[in-house]
Amino acid sequence: MPFISGRRTGRRGTRRYTRRDLVVLGVLLGLPVLLDLAIVWGPTLASVVLSFTSWDGIGDIEWVGTRNYVNLFTNYPQFWPAARHNLLWLAFLGLVATPFGLLLAVLIDRGVRFSRFYQSTLYMPVVLSLAVVGFIAQLVFSRDQGALNAVIGDTETPTDWLGDPDLNIWMILLAAAWRHTGYVMILYLAGLKAVDQSLKEAAAIDGASEAQTFFRVVFPTLRPVNVIVGVITVIESLRAFDIVYAVNHGRNGLELLSVLVTDNIIGEASRIGFGSAIAVVLLTVSLGFVVTYLVQELRGEKDR
Amino acid sequence: MSRRSLLRGAALGAGAVTLPALLTACGGGPGGDGKTVTLGSNASDPVPKKAFADAFKAYAAQSDGRKVKVNTVDHNTFQENINRYLQGKPDDVFMWFAGYRMQFFAKKGLLYDISDNWQHYAGFSDALKDQSSGEDGKQYLTPYYYYPWAVFHRKSLFTERGYQVPKTLDEYVALAKQMKKDKLDPIAFCDKDGWPAMGTFDYINMRTNGYEFHKSLMAGEEAWTDKRVRDVFDTWRRLLPYCQPGANGRTWQEAATSLQKREAGMTVLGLPHPGAQFPKDEQGDLDFFPFPEISPEHGQDAVEAPIDGFLLAKKSKNLKNKKTLESAKDLVRWLATGKAEDIYLKSDPNNIAVSEEADTSGYSAIQKKAVELVSGAKQISQFLDRDTRPDFASTVMIPAIQKFISSPNDVDGLVNDIERQKKTIFASD
Repeated sequence: MPFISGRRTGRRGTRRYTRRDLVVLGVLLGLPVLLDLAIVWGPTLASVVLSFTSWDGIGDIEWVGTRNYVNLFTNYPQFWPAARHNLLWLAFLGLVATPFGLLLAVLIDRGVRFSRFYQSTLYMPVVLSLAVVGFIAQLVFSRDQGALNAVIGDTETPTDWLGDPDLNIWMILLAAAWRHTGYVMILYLAGLKAVDQSLKEAAAIDGASEAQTFFRVVFPTLRPVNVIVGVITVIESLRAFDIVYAVNHGRNGLELLSVLVTDNIIGEASRIGFGSAIAVVLLTVSLGFVVTYLVQELRGEKDR
Repeated sequence: MSRRSLLRGAALGAGAVTLPALLTACGGGPGGDGKTVTLGSNASDPVPKKAFADAFKAYAAQSDGRKVKVNTVDHNTFQENINRYLQGKPDDVFMWFAGYRMQFFAKKGLLYDISDNWQHYAGFSDALKDQSSGEDGKQYLTPYYYYPWAVFHRKSLFTERGYQVPKTLDEYVALAKQMKKDKLDPIAFCDKDGWPAMGTFDYINMRTNGYEFHKSLMAGEEAWTDKRVRDVFDTWRRLLPYCQPGANGRTWQEAATSLQKREAGMTVLGLPHPGAQFPKDEQGDLDFFPFPEISPEHGQDAVEAPIDGFLLAKKSKNLKNKKTLESAKDLVRWLATGKAEDIYLKSDPNNIAVSEEADTSGYSAIQKKAVELVSGAKQISQFLDRDTRPDFASTVMIPAIQKFISSPNDVDGLVNDIERQKKTIFASD
């Protein structure tokens, strides 16, 4: 085998690999890198470049400088609501749905009665795609034919849960959280199962209350799960798209950055330059979170 | 697994990535056999799909050896890809819409001029010809069918309560008031999908300011801050108290259903919309009247009636072959006859033939009335999203109209918003 003989005959530290090994390594490493460049970085850079042009997908590509961005920030009524909604989504999932999922996980882990039943019921929505959750939300919240208005008997002046722009984002957040909570719960359940019982016992012997045990002892040991849940929450809120698209194409109070990108680029509209500018904004926001996360993680590695 | 086989696998993988590109580079023979015409169809629903198949079969039967090869694509996908489709490898003939939506592509040089065909066409009105022509005055489209928009209602409800069909806006409002007293929602109203309310805007605009103004407004030549546009929104605001509240949360299916269930008295929609929500045995009870007159100067001249038809794609390789081009032109020439439309409409009765030569004896009462309505029209408009640039209609007008519906009082802010965005979009070419 050339690999072994090469290592034996060569001087220590140099020429560990034969030419053939290098070729193999080059191909095996190079291909994924090329694919990554072609499929991920290529389009990303293309979007950034296109965001400084005006192009309708047919004619010539014309350089317009920062006009798309100026337009976006000053002259596109849907932009700021969309950015706000994305942040609201993040805050709602992060501050309401995720802690709620944790609470449920703790309750089920302590072994309330029928915990198996709760566990499977709460997890059920997770197997649905968000688009399907959107369709279900319409069955529940529709003004004229929805289940909610029928149940609360609101027929005289029914509340327009999905059509009222002040209201519908909250209803959709509820629907999205319905799915997110189950997801978070199952992750935490797995994490809680892995917590060493002797830690809890030790805490109990030291006279810690139940709350103290959880916050001082159990929760810190869940750090790896916390990281995963945090990442999932951020990803879910930034890529939120299908549920609002299923409900009303992300209009009239349900605007999201991802929807604006689609509206402008896909379809007959073909404002590719302008749509790219929105995509770049979304990319910048995402990069903010990704970089923060990476820095934290790398720092954590060093401290460990 | 040995390293060698891994390497081979990697090389194969690389091949798989580049192969499709190579394949597309060499696909498509030059010109075809001259007798087969390929046709890009957006008729993906079963009823129209079958109806078109019948029509093409009939064409093949009467021609000597010519036939049509249909490539059907899902309706929405076809629409969303039309840009790339027409620039890439389009079929010889394809289905599309009349009006600005067609002119846009004609101007980009993506359509075949078929003016010579039009010299042989008979039974088409001037309004139809106008809608089939590009800005250069040449014809690009062969129209096939259409469906008019109007105010739909139930015949039996009107006779039961003694309601009279209103001619003018004042009578319309008076009728709506009466319906409200009778515990009905006077006007079923919906805009969840973003387009249904555009029909109401178009009608109020054309009745107030006339068809020519509609056309130039849609072409970006008039300012949306103009008093005439504000008048449209003001009139609309006068009607809103009689419209079902919560329109932005309601689909057209739900609105049409409330008409069918006698919860609402009237609704402004296109013929197939309420038609599809009425069960078979109640179809005969569906009736309509033209949108009421607002200004005597424009009366009820214009009718909104979107037209669908066939076009030849300039970039099609096969059309470079003279024989295939002749076959394609022969196909649309045949499709332009009344007989060809009869074959289609036999299987899909939700539309109306455009040709005066089509046999209307099998039409239902409402279809006959629809024919009368459109043939009596002085002008035919297409629809807001077919009469203007697609980017303007979808990214500006849909949100703007929804905003107007949910907060109708800030017309100034609204028209300023529209005008500012219109300027940037229409300036982008």
